[in-house]
Amino acid sequence: MYETIAFYLFAALTIVMFTITVMSRNALYAMTSLAAGMIFISAFFFLLDADFLGVVQIIVYSGAVMAVYAFAMIFMDTLRDVKEKNPSKKIVFFLSGMVALLLVIILLTPLISEKVQALYPFSDEVGNAEAVGIVLFTKYLVPFEVAAIMLLVAMIAGIILASKRMDESITLKIDQEIEEELQKGKR
Amino acid sequence: MITLNHYLVLAAILFSISLVGILRRKNLLMLFFATEIALNAVNIALAAFSKFYHDLTGQLFAFFIIAIAASEVAVGLGLLIIWYKRTGNIDLDTLQSMNG
Amino acid sequence: MEKYLYITLFAPLVGSLFAAMFGMKPKKLFVGIVASLLLFISFISAVILLVHVASTDEVVKAQLFDWITVGSLNIPFGFVADPVSTVMMVTVTLVSMLVHIYSIGYMEHDEGFNRFFSYLSAFVFSMLVLVMSDNFAGLFIGWEGVGLCSWLLIGFWYHKPDLSRDQNPSISPAWAANEAFIMNRIADLGMLIGLFIIYWHIGSLQYDVVFSHVNLFDISIITMMGIFLFIGAMGKSAQFPLHTWLADAMEGPTPVSALIHAATMVTAGVYLVVRSFPIYSQIPEIGLWIATLGAFVAVFAASMALVNTDLKRIIAYSTLSQLGYMFVAAGLGAYWVALFHLMTHAFFKALLFLGAGNVMHAMDDELNIFKMGGLYKVMKWTAAMMIIASLALAGIYPFAGFFSKDKILEVAFDSHHYILWFMLWVGAGMTAFYSFRLIMLVFFGEERYKKYGFHPHEAPWYMLAAMAPLALLAIVAGFFEHSFEEFVTTLLPEYHFHMEGITKVALIGLTTLIALSGIGLAVYKYSKGGFSEKWKENPIYKLLYNQYYIPQLYDKLFAQPYRELSQIAWKELDLRLVDATVDFIAGIIYATGFKSRVVQSGNLSKMLRWMVIGLLILLVLVVLYSPVR
Repeated sequence: MYETIAFYLFAALTIVMFTITVMSRNALYAMTSLAAGMIFISAFFFLLDADFLGVVQIIVYSGAVMAVYAFAMIFMDTLRDVKEKNPSKKIVFFLSGMVALLLVIILLTPLISEKVQALYPFSDEVGNAEAVGIVLFTKYLVPFEVAAIMLLVAMIAGIILASKRMDESITLKIDQEIEEELQKGKR
Repeated sequence: MITLNHYLVLAAILFSISLVGILRRKNLLMLFFATEIALNAVNIALAAFSKFYHDLTGQLFAFFIIAIAASEVAVGLGLLIIWYKRTGNIDLDTLQSMNG
Repeated sequence: MEKYLYITLFAPLVGSLFAAMFGMKPKKLFVGIVASLLLFISFISAVILLVHVASTDEVVKAQLFDWITVGSLNIPFGFVADPVSTVMMVTVTLVSMLVHIYSIGYMEHDEGFNRFFSYLSAFVFSMLVLVMSDNFAGLFIGWEGVGLCSWLLIGFWYHKPDLSRDQNPSISPAWAANEAFIMNRIADLGMLIGLFIIYWHIGSLQYDVVFSHVNLFDISIITMMGIFLFIGAMGKSAQFPLHTWLADAMEGPTPVSALIHAATMVTAGVYLVVRSFPIYSQIPEIGLWIATLGAFVAVFAASMALVNTDLKRIIAYSTLSQLGYMFVAAGLGAYWVALFHLMTHAFFKALLFLGAGNVMHAMDDELNIFKMGGLYKVMKWTAAMMIIASLALAGIYPFAGFFSKDKILEVAFDSHHYILWFMLWVGAGMTAFYSFRLIMLVFFGEERYKKYGFHPHEAPWYMLAAMAPLALLAIVAGFFEHSFEEFVTTLLPEYHFHMEGITKVALIGLTTLIALSGIGLAVYKYSKGGFSEKWKENPIYKLLYNQYYIPQLYDKLFAQPYRELSQIAWKELDLRLVDATVDFIAGIIYATGFKSRVVQSGNLSKMLRWMVIGLLILLVLVVLYSPVR
C-alpha cells in the first residue's frame, strides 16, 4: 500500500520536476529542478530494492554531476534568459507525444514470459550492496575496469579542455602556432 | 499493486519529456540536461527489470550508464566551455560549420 | 627426342622475345642474326626429328603441362611429331630460316628492323604450335597466333595513308591488315563451331581420341564437323568467297608475303583438312564439294592473275590458285598428294616472292610490271632463280611442281571427275601463261625502266644465298616423291591409282603440252611487245582486272550496309536509348543528391528532429510487427 502511494507520489514529483527542467527559460531553475528530479528518482531505486544504486544516484548524479554543471554555469551568463527560437512547437510536441504514446502502448503489453531466466539472481542471504559487489567484481570485472579507464580519460579530457589557461584555447590554435610554441619551449 | 509495467510506463513518460527537451531547446546546456533525463529514465527501467526478474544484471547496467553519463558530462562540458569562450554564446543555431 | 621437339618449338619464341627487347630501338644487325641463328637451330632439330621419325616409325609425343582442366574438359598442352607434323615442321622452319636471312638484307634500311624480326619469329612459333599440337585446341591457339602475326606483319607499314581503290587496290597496309583479320575471324567462327561440335559429341579434342571415335557417329554429325572445320580452313587458305584478303595482304613487306602468304600460313587450311582426314574420309560428298571449290578457285584466281599488272598480286593470285589445287587433292582423298604439293609449293612460291622482293628493291618498291623489262641484264641471278621458280610453278619436268601438280591432275582424272580435271588442266595452262608473262615483262624485252628513271641493281650476295637452297629444292624436291609418299602414308591413307600406264603417260603429255603452250604463248606475245591496247577495252579484261568486281561487291553488300547499320545503332540506339538511360539515372541521382543536400544543414536541432522521426518510424514498426503478439 505504502509502496503504491510512494510510487505515484514520486512519479508525479519526478514528472513535474523534469517538465520544469525542459520547459524553463531560466537555466538556473532548470538545473535546480533537474537536481531535485534526480533525488526523486533515487527514491524509485530504493522502492525497487536497489539500495546501492539509489545511493550512487544521489552521490554521483545529484552530487558530482550537478556540481560540474554548476561550475560550468559559472563560465556562462546563465542567469540571463536564453533567447530561443522554437520554429514549431507543434512538431516537437507531436513527435514527443507520438513516441510516448507508442512506447506506452508497447510497454503496456505484458512482458514477463516464462522464457526469461535470471543470469545473476538475488540471494536473500546477502544485502543488495554486497550482491552487486560480488557480481561486479566477478562477472563484470573487465567492463568495470574499462569504465574506470574511461572515467580517467574523461577526467583528463575535461581538465585539458577547460584547463588553467582559460584565456586561450589549445584546440583552436592552428598547427603553425603550436609548432612555434614548441620551438620556443626548446630554446 | 505496482507492476513492472507501471515502472516502464513511467520511464517512457520521462523519456518523452526528455525528447521534448532535446527537440525544443536551442541552448546547449539545456540539451545536456535533457539527455540526463533520458539516461535516468532508462535507469529506472533497468532497475525495474532487475527487481521483477530477480536479476542483478539490470542494476549493473544502470551503474555503467551512470559511469558513462559522468564521463559524458566531463568531456561535454569541457567542449561547451571552449565553444562559449570562442563565440560567446551556446546557441545551437550558431553551430552550423558542418553544413552540407 | 622430346628435347628436340621443345627446341624446334621454342627456339623461334626465344628469338622473338629477344628481338622484342630491342623493339623500339634503332636497327641492330645482331638482332636479325640471332633470330636467324635460332631459326637455324630450330630447323636442325626439326630435321633430326624427321630423320628419327622416318627411321624408327616412332611418333614422338611430349606433354608440357595440363593447360585447361575444368570439369570433364581436359586439354593438355601437348605436342606430337608424327610424319605429317614433322614434314610441316621441316618445311616451315626451312622456309622461315631462309626468309629470316633474306630479311636481314631486305629490311636493311627499315626503321622497324628489330620489330620486324620479333613479329616474324613470333609467327614461326605460332605456326609451329599449329602444326605440332596434338589436339584441336592447341591447333586453334596456333591458328589464332598466326592470324595475329599476319595482321601485325601485313600492317607493318601502318603509317602509310589510305588511298582510293583506283590508286591502290588494297587501299593501305592498315586497311589490308584489318581486312585479313576480319575475314579470318568470320572463318574462325566456323572453325570454333566445328570444334564445339566435336567436343560436344566426342568429349575430347585430342586428335587420337577424336579420330578413333569419329566413325561411331551418325553421318550427319560428321558432315557438320567436316563443313565447319572446312569453313575455318577456307578463311585461312583464302578460298572463295573469303579470298579477297590474300591479294590485299601483299601490302606487307615482301619476305612476309613469301613466308606467310605463300609458303606457310595459308597452307594451314590444307594442313587442317589433311590432319582431319579421318573425318573427311567418312564424308566423300563434302570432300567432292571441297574439291569442286578448289578447282573453281584454281581457275578463278589464275584468270585474275592473267591481266594484273602488280608484280606481287600476280604471285598472290597464283598462290590462291595453287591452294585450290591442294584442296582438290585433299577433297578427293589423296591427302599425301595435297601435302606433297603443299611442300613443293612452299619452296618455289617462297623463291618466287623473294625474287620479286629483289626486283622491288632494285626498282625502289615499284610494283607495276609494265614499268620494268630487260632487268635480266642487271639481275642475272635473280632472273635465273625466278625462271626456275616459274618453271616449277608451271609444272615443267624435272622441276618440283611437275611431280606434285601433275599428281593432282592424275587424281582428278583417276577418280572420274573429268570436269574437275578439265578445269585444273585449263588452270595449268593459265598458270604457265601468267608466270611467263611476268618473267617476260620483268626481265626481258624493252628496258622501260629507263623511261621512269630507275637504276636497278642486283641484290647483295647473302640474299641470293638465302634464295639458293630454295632454288635447289624447287628443282630437286620432286624426285623425293616416292620416299615422301612412303613416309607420310604411314599415317595418312594411301591413294590407289587405277589408271593404265598409257593413260597416265597421255595425261602427263597433255598437261605438259598445255603448260608449254602457255609458256610459248607468253614468250611469243611479249617478246613481240605484248597484246595490243585494244584488249584493255574488252569487258572480260576489265572484269578480270577488277577482280570480278568482288571487292566492290563486298563493299556494297557488306561493308556499306554494316556501316549504315552501325550509324543507326550509334545515333539511334546508343545515343538515344543507352546513353539517355544512363544519363537519366545519373541525373536522378544527381538531382536527388542536390535536393536532399539541405538535410545536411549542420544544425544539430534539425538533425535531432530527423533522428526522432526515425525513432518514431521504428516504434511504429515494432507495434505493427511485435513478436509478442
